[in-house]
This record gives sequence, structure tokens and C-alpha cells, in this order.
Amino acid sequence: MTEPILQADQVGFAYRGGVPVLSEVSLAVHAGQNVALVGESGAGKTTLLRILLGLARPTSGVVRFDGMPLTRGRLRSYRRTAQAVFQDPYSSLDPRHTVGRIVAEPLRGLGLGADPVKVASALDAVGLPEDAASRYPHEFSGGQRQRIAIARAIVGEPRLLLADEPVSALDLTTRVRIVDLLADLRTSHGLTILLVSHDLGVVAELCEQTAVLERGRLVEQGPTTQILGAPTHPYTRKLLASVPRLPS
Amino acid sequence: MSLLSVDSLGVRDQSGRSLVSDVSFAVEPGDRIGLIGESGSGKSLTALAVMGLLPPGLTASGGIELDGVDMIRAPERRRTGVRGRVASVVFQEPLTALDPLMTAGRQIAGPLRRFQGMKGAALDEAVRAALDEVRLTDTDRIARAYPHQLSGGQRQRVAIAMALACRPKLLIADEPTTALDVTVQAEILDLLDRLVDVHGTALLFITHDLPVVARVARQAHVLRAGRVVESGPITELIAHPTDPYTRTLVDSARRFDAALRGAHDD
Repeated sequence: MTEPILQADQVGFAYRGGVPVLSEVSLAVHAGQNVALVGESGAGKTTLLRILLGLARPTSGVVRFDGMPLTRGRLRSYRRTAQAVFQDPYSSLDPRHTVGRIVAEPLRGLGLGADPVKVASALDAVGLPEDAASRYPHEFSGGQRQRIAIARAIVGEPRLLLADEPVSALDLTTRVRIVDLLADLRTSHGLTILLVSHDLGVVAELCEQTAVLERGRLVEQGPTTQILGAPTHPYTRKLLASVPRLPS
Repeated sequence: MSLLSVDSLGVRDQSGRSLVSDVSFAVEPGDRIGLIGESGSGKSLTALAVMGLLPPGLTASGGIELDGVDMIRAPERRRTGVRGRVASVVFQEPLTALDPLMTAGRQIAGPLRRFQGMKGAALDEAVRAALDEVRLTDTDRIARAYPHQLSGGQRQRVAIAMALACRPKLLIADEPTTALDVTVQAEILDLLDRLVDVHGTALLFITHDLPVVARVARQAHVLRAGRVVESGPITELIAHPTDPYTRTLVDSARRFDAALRGAHDD
């Protein structure tokens, strides 16, 4: 198999004097294979995501990007490869900035220049009108705001998108549209997604690989069809049994 | 006479904009009714109007009668008499519904003391029984705990214990599991299901989540932009939606359901 874009190798994390938040987590994201990280509150999903984004350093183990350890010196080039989308589109967009400025942020941060053509094409890719650039976040609905956040993430043409519960704050019908958008972006932009989610329906729809995190440990990982179709770990079974289903 | 009858309810804001219009439905004792809708559908405003708790600036028109009390026009004193005793509410976020400066035990004791005049050992015993009923083990510790010392699921159990403490005839649950983990959600739904059954409480369950409402309700009304677009038995609504919006909702839910099922069948 080819080199993974991103890899966690025996990653552990603990606060000073505290119990471990993560223990021996090993996970690889290969180009074109979306990976879901599944688990409940307190499982360590967000901590792992912060480490994978280079926002926190593991207390043990190593994170590799394109096969080499993710060091401080490589953070800038890593940012061109990997961008993030978060759960709450209300708190993740600066209300005082125009959408155009918000979307151009990574371009400026990466020293690529705030090219309005790139901004316009990112807004177009997420299905927002061109005049959105001159408007402010409060003028948009929750689903549209999440589109703005996604436009900001893809404007620098990253290969990897780390998405932390990107649809769980959205209405059901909006959720479907954003999931469709994420699925489209993988074909149109060659984007691979690492999806943190507790919503197994969304996971089944978007991700080829699934890893289940319980209390800081990966208890099960593999192809999504296998994990959701024939779960072996009791925790995965419990998760699956808890999902409310439509009467057939 | 129905336990609750809502007749052509309208809600407007100060500028006269209509937020809810012409919503009518009834709840009989022991009914389980779902109000289904997405953000801005008016489902939570309808629930607040039923309790006579619309935020300042919003005005209700039409008729709401809850256990014989006109919840729009009756004096505040009479409406207060209904709340907690005849009908109570469980909200989405138990952390904001509970008083952060009061232990769980004292919060549950509140309505018991006020409405049933309990005190002393009998009150302590009733609080313990209420915690026990929502399947909280270690009742002594929980009773002494402040909301921030409890998990999300425990807090919602405390909120349910409080709401059911005085055996109301109607329980309004407004997205009570949306903020919870999926395994906790399953437990809370089981709990609500059992408790309303045991006590014959009528349930008005408000949510945007079709599979969740299908789990607890028998009849449902679908709201969109402040209007009821479709009503009927929940299984019927899901199997044969006639309104285009209901169909979109059902299709959305089916998408994720089918994806899960597909993973299962492989």
C-alpha cells in the first residue's frame, strides 16, 4: 500500500499528573480512503483530532505526515495539506469579517495571497452564490455557514480534511445536503476526509474505514462495512444497537 | 374535554411577523403525540405557548386550553397553577434547565414541597424514590451533587425526575435527547417510554429526528414554517408521506438508515 497521508503511531496523551486521555492509538489515513473516528463524549476524539492537526503534542508516540514526523518546522507545509472543519458553524466564523475575508484566511496565513479568484471558486464549489463574499456570517443559515467553513477549508486546495462532527448541529435535511457536498468534494477536489462523528448513519454514508474509540483506546478498526456489519467489540455493538431506526 | 386542545394557534413577534399560524391539535389523557419540525418550524414556540411561557415580545392568538385553563388569557396565577402540576417540560439542555447553585435533591424537592406540601423525612423519601424511578443508582450521592458534578445523561434523568415528581397529566419533552450521546439517548428514550406508560402520562414529544419520534410517539404533526403540513399515525406518516416536505424529511432519514443497513447486509 502507498504511504499514508497521515498516520498516528502509538499515540498517547495525558495531562500532567492525570490519567491518560489517549493510549497507544495507531491510525492511518490513505489518499482516497475516508476514515471515520467514532466514539462518545469523553472517548478522546477531540484530543486525538487536536494532535492530528498539530495543535497539541502527544505525550508518547508520533504523528507522521507523508511518512515523516510532524514537527513544528513542518507545520506550515502540513497546513497546506490538511485543513479542518468544526461542529458549530456559529462559533467558528468571525462575525466581524466578510465571508470573502473568512474564506481567504488560509491563503493569507499560508502566504499564498488572498486571490479573489480562488475565493470565488471555493464558494462556487460549496454551492454558495458569488455575492456571498461581500456579506457577513449572520446573514446565513446554519447549513450555509457550514458551507462557508468548508469553503475556507478547501480554498488552499488541501488533500486532507479533518472534520469534527461537521453535520451534527444541523437539521436532518441540511445534514443530507452537507454530506452530499462532502462526497462531491472528494471527487472534484481529490479530498480525503477524516471524519470525527458519533452519527453512524453519516459514517456509513461517507467513510470506507472506521475506527472506534472508547475511553482513549481504539477498540476496533477496519473497513466500515465490516465494523458496522459485523462488529466484534461489545462497545461497537452497543453503539450500533443504540442508533434509533425508522420502522421498516 | 381534551386534556390539551390547541385551536388555530398563532404566534407573532413585535413587528407583526407570523411565526406560528393556524396550528390545531388535541392531546387526550395517555396520548403520545410527536411534533416534528426543523429549525424555524415553530415547534418549540408551540410548546412554550402551551405552557403560557412565550418569551416577551411574542403574542399568541387563537385558543389553548390545558386541563380547562385558558393558557393564553387566564391570569398568570391560574396558569402557574397548571405548570408542574398538570403539565411539565423537559428541555434539550439539562445544564441550562437545572439551577447550577442547587443540589439535584433540592431541585427535585422543590415541586414536591410546593405542590404537595411534603416536608421532613417524607420529602427525603419522595426525592429518593424520584431518583430511583429514573434509574439513578447511588441516590444519596446524586441528591447531594450539583448539576456540574453530573454527566449529561444523569442531568437529563434529574430533569425528568423533577418534571414527573408531581405526576403531571402531560409531559412535554422538547428535543430531550438531542444533546446526548447515542447510547445515553437510547437509555433516556427507554426511560421516558416506560415512565409515561406506568403513570399514564400523556406525552408531547418535540423533535426534528424522525427515528427518535417514531420510537416514542404514536401520532404526529409535521410542522414547517409555523404551519402543520401533515398529521397522522407516525408509522403511516413514515410509510406513506403525502406532503412533499414530509417526504423530504422521510427521504433524508431513510438515506442514513439505508447506509447503515447497507453496511449491515454486506
